[in-house]
Amino acid sequence: MNVLLDHFSDFRAGFLGTLSITVVSSVIALLLGILIAGFRVSPVPPLRFFGTAWVTLLRNTPLTLLFLVSFFVVPEILFPGMSTFVLGAIALGLYTSAFVAEAVRSGVSTVPLGQAEAARSLGMSFSQTLRLVVLPQATRTVLPPLSSIFIALTKNSAIAGAFSVTELFGWQKLLSDQGYDIVSLFFWVALGYLVITFTLSGVFRLLERRLEVAR
Amino acid sequence: MMSGVSVAKGSDDAVAAADSLVVLSNVNKHFGALHVLQDIDLTITRGEVVVVIGPSGSGKSTLCRTINRLETIDSGTITIDGKPLPAEGRELARLRADVGMVFQSFNLFAHKTVLENVMLGQVKVRKTDKKTAEEKARRLLDRVGVAVQADKYPAQLSGGQQQRVAIARALAMDPKVILFDEPTSALDPEMINEVLEVMQQLAREGMTMVVVTHEMGFARSAANRVVFMADGRIVEEATPDRFFSNPRSDRAKDFLSKILHH
Repeated sequence: MNVLLDHFSDFRAGFLGTLSITVVSSVIALLLGILIAGFRVSPVPPLRFFGTAWVTLLRNTPLTLLFLVSFFVVPEILFPGMSTFVLGAIALGLYTSAFVAEAVRSGVSTVPLGQAEAARSLGMSFSQTLRLVVLPQATRTVLPPLSSIFIALTKNSAIAGAFSVTELFGWQKLLSDQGYDIVSLFFWVALGYLVITFTLSGVFRLLERRLEVAR
Repeated sequence: MMSGVSVAKGSDDAVAAADSLVVLSNVNKHFGALHVLQDIDLTITRGEVVVVIGPSGSGKSTLCRTINRLETIDSGTITIDGKPLPAEGRELARLRADVGMVFQSFNLFAHKTVLENVMLGQVKVRKTDKKTAEEKARRLLDRVGVAVQADKYPAQLSGGQQQRVAIARALAMDPKVILFDEPTSALDPEMINEVLEVMQQLAREGMTMVVVTHEMGFARSAANRVVFMADGRIVEEATPDRFFSNPRSDRAKDFLSKILHH
């Protein structure tokens, strides 16, 4: 009890840190993931190749390694002085975008081919067909795997704490170094994560019910 | 009207060329080892209704789908209104907007209402403003007899109603020609007529139509010309009267004897 009350402002900062890095990298992952999925089903071979390379590279690299590159190599070479929060959010967002892309691609393949043929017959371009006809119908199928992916992202954000981003796990590390009881520390940390992940799954359950497509 | 049967490349006179809307010349296509389209020459003139019939696997659906390049061809040329079909891209998209297509399985957009299905192409491809597009959509839905269903989703409609919406969706683009790929083959028997009646009305109004079908009654009453296909070739072309009463080829005689006497 005492740990939380004595250090509540730090805890709050950590919780908000986890929440904001989760939200920012989720947005990055979702937008990039959909774009890359579009590349992977595109009729243009170079785009397809780029999409495949993106997914292969990012999905198969350990996240810690990505963070290392993001925190130590990127600022040296490309953007000196970029905040650790932004660097962390980008690393996490890029990593997760590979998983989002594959989930979206699997959703795209569940939409009957005739839907895309009808759209193309009306004179729609490839991107219009994808945006207006295929993706909206794939959304419902993609929601359950996306929900898992974003929950994993929330928990993966803990790794950013090791690179001095303010977030929940960092709060635990700081206080356990000061000699506080580790069990109650972990209890509060776990509760913080649960609030975020339960909210996520609730939102996704709601979306699933809303977006039912009748065939 | 009936002049444009098969036209050899480059030998058509200026008048016929100006009047021919869809010209396939020496078209070949393979599916692996299967030669599905063999040296197809076919000219469809403006306002003509061409019905393509033949046994299943004869390549008639494939022929229909090559005309708006849903299927690519291996050799030969296809021109629409004087323009050769371009490769996949913006130009092809523009050309497809002028070629309506009605599918066997309707393919209405499942996540859009009936009204939205008929508006989508107008708004997104033709860039018509929403109000004008809606008025036109409602007019067309009324014309095909499903105006009452405008706000329902496709899954809530019967097959016959869905196919009539699909025809309205094609008409909304003001196409130069409409391709019908077995439009009644997925329908329950009692719904076939409501779709055929809409198609017959279109034919009477002078719409250029290519219809792949097994409905011999429709071929007899609405077609200007019957094209009989077998094994990837056009075996016979004639007016419906001549084709049904006096087919020349043995292949057609055999086909007709099988479908007309059972």
